[in-house]
Parts: sequence; C-alpha cells; structure tokens
Amino acid sequence: MPDGHHDPPGDPRILGAPAAFSPAVDAEVGQVARHLHTSEPATPTGSTSKRGGLGVVFWIAAGWVGLTVLLALLAPFLPLQSPTFQDYSVVNLGPSTHHLLGTDDLGRDMLSRIIWGSRDSLVISIVSVVVGMLIGGSAAMVAGYWGRKVDAVLNAASFVVLAFPPLLFILAVEAFWKPPLKSIELWKLVVMFTVVAAPQLFRVMRASTLAVSNREFVVAARSMGASTWRILTREILPNVLPAALSFALIGIALAVIIEGALAFLGLSVALPTPTLGNLINEAAQIYNLKANPTAALWPSLYIFFLVVGLNLMGDRLRSTFDVREGNL
Amino acid sequence: MTGGGTAHLRSGQDILLRVQDLEVSFGSGPHRVQAVSGISFDVAPGETLGVVGESGCGKSTTGRAVAQVHRPDAGTVRFDGTELTTLGSRELRQARTKVQMIFQDPISSLNPRRRILDIVSEPLAIWGLGTKEERHRKAATMLEAVGIDPAQAGGRRPTEFSGGQCQRISIARALILEPKLLICDEPVSALDVSVQAQILNLLQDLKEERAITMVFIAHDLAVVKNVSDRVAVMYLGKLCELTTPDALYRQPAHPYSEALLASIPEPVPGSERGHTGLTGDLPSPIDPPSGCRFRTRCPYAQELCAREEPPMAEVAPGQFAACHFPLVKPGQVLPEPGPAPEPPRPVL
Repeated sequence: MPDGHHDPPGDPRILGAPAAFSPAVDAEVGQVARHLHTSEPATPTGSTSKRGGLGVVFWIAAGWVGLTVLLALLAPFLPLQSPTFQDYSVVNLGPSTHHLLGTDDLGRDMLSRIIWGSRDSLVISIVSVVVGMLIGGSAAMVAGYWGRKVDAVLNAASFVVLAFPPLLFILAVEAFWKPPLKSIELWKLVVMFTVVAAPQLFRVMRASTLAVSNREFVVAARSMGASTWRILTREILPNVLPAALSFALIGIALAVIIEGALAFLGLSVALPTPTLGNLINEAAQIYNLKANPTAALWPSLYIFFLVVGLNLMGDRLRSTFDVREGNL
Repeated sequence: MTGGGTAHLRSGQDILLRVQDLEVSFGSGPHRVQAVSGISFDVAPGETLGVVGESGCGKSTTGRAVAQVHRPDAGTVRFDGTELTTLGSRELRQARTKVQMIFQDPISSLNPRRRILDIVSEPLAIWGLGTKEERHRKAATMLEAVGIDPAQAGGRRPTEFSGGQCQRISIARALILEPKLLICDEPVSALDVSVQAQILNLLQDLKEERAITMVFIAHDLAVVKNVSDRVAVMYLGKLCELTTPDALYRQPAHPYSEALLASIPEPVPGSERGHTGLTGDLPSPIDPPSGCRFRTRCPYAQELCAREEPPMAEVAPGQFAACHFPLVKPGQVLPEPGPAPEPPRPVL
C-alpha cells in the first residue's frame, strides 16, 4: 500500500488483543447470548446430515457394492481356480462344493470367472468415471466460476461430444482404432468410456457450480481477499461434490451396463479374458444357453445386483443432499 | 454535468470514502443495463451513510461496486487515500480486507458445508494470520461479541441456525479483519421485525465500539432513519437527495423523497400527509427517461425536466437535491421542529 494506511497482512496487531470490550458491554452481550439461546435454541434441524440418516437400504447397497469391489481387488489372493483353466471332465455342471456356481461349457469355474471378470468391468467403469470426473469436473468449475467466454467454449465442446450417442461413438472408434497390443485393449476401453463420461459430469457439475458461484458466501470470500484457488476448493467444491458423487455412482452403474452391451457385440476385452459382459455373451450363445442356462444367469445376476446397488446408493445420496439444500 | 454533479461532496475534511461519477452496467449491446449511472458521494470516518431507494434502483450495485465486487465501468472510488478502481488484483485483494460486506440473505452468506468457527476464522486463515488455535480463539471472541455462544455454536453448520443468528455470524466474520468500512447490503430486510431491532442495535454498538464507518443500504426508510448520519436517496441509478435523516423526514426536498416518505404506512389513522405515494412502475434502466429520470412519475414534472437533467444543488445547509423544482427552495428557512408535532415514529 503506497499510503501505509492499510495494515499489511502479516501485521501481528490483527491477532493481538481485540479491541477491548468494556465489562459492561461484555456482560450485556453475554445476556443477549443467553437470551438468544433460550428463545431460539440452535437445535439441529434434522439428522439427515448424520450417517444413520442414509437409511438401511443405502448401507445394504453400499455393503454389496463394497463386497463386489473387495472381491475384485483380492481375486489373485482368493483360493480360486484360474479363470481360464479348462477341465473337460466337469463341463456344464451345476453348483457343487468344488464349483460353488458350477462350471461352463469348457469346464471353467464360474465363480472364479465372475470374480475375475468383474475386475476388468470395474476397472473400466470406475477408472473412466473417476478420470472423467477429474477432467469434466475441473473444466466445469472453471466454466461455472469464470463464466462468459471460457464457459461458452467449454460448454460448446461438451455439446459436441454429447451429440454422439455413446454406444455409436464407441462402435465408431472400435472400427477405426486398433491398438497395436492386445494388453492395452482394456485401456482403450477406459479412454473411450472417459470421453463419454466427462461431458456428462461436466454438465452436472457446471450447473451446480453456476448456482453456488453467485451465492453471497462466495462474494464474501472474495471480499475477504480469498484467492480464486481458495474460493474454488474451499467454498465451491464442497457444495458441488456431493451431487457430483451421487451422479458418478450412477455413472459407474451405467458404464458396467455399457461394457456388457459392448461385450454382447463382441467389442469388449478380447476372449478368453472374462469380463461380466463377455461371460454373458459367451453363455448366451444358443447352444450354450440350452445346455447350461445358469452360466448366463450368474453373471447376469451379478451385474444386476451391482447396478441396482450403485443406483440405490446414488439415489439415496442425491435425495439426502437435495433435502439439505431444501432446508436452506 | 449530468447525473447529480458533485456539489454535495465535502472538501477539506477528513474523508474515508469518496465515490465520484460511479457507473456500473451489466450485459452488452442493446440489452445493456446501466444499474448505476454517475453517482457521487462521500463518507467521513465514523459516519453512517444510509442509501435508500426502491428495488432495482442500483443501491446494492453501488455497494458492491464500492467493495469492488463488480468492477465499475467508470468513476473513481477513493478509499482511505487509495484509488481502488485502478488497483491490480493483488493489491486489491489486500485493500479489500479493509472494506467488508454484510449481505441481505444471512443464510446464503454462510457456506452451508463449513462449521461456524471455521467460517468466522476464514478471513484470518486466508491471510495466514496466527496458528489455527489462535484464529479459533479470536473467532470465538468475535462470536461472543455478536451474541453467539462459541462453545455451543462453533462446531455447528449454518443450516442449524435461524436467520438472525446467521446474520450475527456474518457480522462476526466481517469484523474479524477489523475493517474500516462496513457495507451493509440490506442486512435486516430478510429478518423478522423483532430480530431486525436486535441486529440494528448490535451493529450500532459494534460501530461505536470499533469506530467503524458504515454504508447502510436499505429500502426501508424507517430502518435507515435510525442508523444513519446522512441519507442518500437513489432512483434508477441516480442520486436524488442527500441530507440528514431529520431534514429528510421534516422537509424532503426531492419529490421522490416525499413520495418515499408518503409510502410509509401511517400508524396514526387520519394523519394523512396529503400526497399518497407513487403510481406507475420504475422505468426500465435499459432505456431510462430523458432529462430527470424521475419525471415520468413526478407530480411536479414540467417540460424542463424532460430536456435537462437537474444537477445536485444545495437547497438548504447540508441538504442537497437533484431537482429543477425542489420542494425546499434554496434560501428558504426550514420550519423549526420545536413545537411542531413530531412526525410519528415509524414502527420498526
């Protein structure tokens, strides 16, 4: 400050003894405080912010999804047969103590194949949605906060990507982009799913960033001298994230389904590597389905419960946060 | 000089804030709205300037432009010897800490996801002052000063408090950096009447304790009368009248001030003030009327008003009005308030 009137930010006086209150004023203020707390007690208005408020259904769903993810993570350490080990003496068996979910037409253990298959399915779904959220989300916050031209450009870009139906877009890329190595086929899927997920998350997060950016507490933070980075991370992000998280959960469920659809067209990770979609695709071939319908049933049920669980979680989270917004 | 002029600015005095020919607009092209078009005023240290006017007249925008939340298009804002409008963003960040704002919506001005103690100590955290414990201790002192029990409230979130309590918390946050100027943007209009009085008294006490200068924006004349040393009446982005609240109540010089006063509901039946309020709507600020902007609704408007914009002129000592035909003529002696019946006190 050229004039020296403003205290530099590091001025120790600011934190020193605050302007001395007279005891009388203090007493008066204390009375006001006591009066306030007796006349309008600051009781919590609802328990929705507490964990218990999410309800039993949420925790059952979360438990199931958590178990699925845990099994997928621990697959190499579980006492499971190799998912590609073929034993022609036990073809198309029903459930037994050796093979809890039975075997398929090549004598492979269904439980092992489902758990190993969920690994790739979950990697594709979770990684793409998380990366999509990082990219789409940061773009959304930039667009929503700065507005004007930045917003116009990013918004237009998201519309361009959204204009392609996701499945068609993936099919088109599949047709033209052959990765040189088979091992990166999985990551090709991840990239495509990210491209599909990012603009969707962008739209959701941009809308809530726009809504939050004009609230007075953001203006207040700015007038207190907060940097843009601090405003984005401390004031806006905590208000945008809950809604985005619930949307992301539903997005993961959607990605699992799209992977299944792709596998059904034979465009997912190449066989014999199992994914949930590949398993259904294989078992649903007409001769397999007749001989061993359960081989298609188990992975289908697995997908079904996983997707239902994710959707229930996302739904519940969203309604919980909606209620809190409504309380404002 | 159109738009009020500067005759009402004081010179040679100790002035904390001097705003000159402030212009703020939104949008562009044919939909450009000039919310504030050429406003000048000044505020002396320790003084409270009340700003009144109906919704959409630009009073909130003026407040935000002074705090540089919206950068003004033109004009100067000289605060405590520093010209704010030309500061770079770095210097502005620092200068802003001496100008703090309190907003109309107390609940929206607090981040719903943060705890009260963190919210109030946030300004200190932004500037990296002290350790976390020191900051929280100072925030607790501030909360006590505004009548919130820090032990009980500190760990809670804003949604758990009433509007009045949230406004107290906002005040604590605004004052923790020890600002010189506090801009109150309709701080009580969203509150219950009984809570309004509590908040106004609190502001008054804190102002005296801490020698804070205030710009108090409101649409309620009664509220402004009780807190202000001087009152500025705004209409459609322009200043109409600037005077003391007593003079404004006793003898408004601008027809718009008169109309505003007449719109206050009468607590005493039968004591009509003759003129009954305004008719018609506020004209669009996209295409404001020529000459005097109030002429379309003014009962005294004449041909001159459409042609020429009236400048601010002193109609009585310390009373300025921008009107070709002020209700108080320059040189006219004000009636003594002594024996005349006091105007009925407005109900808060």
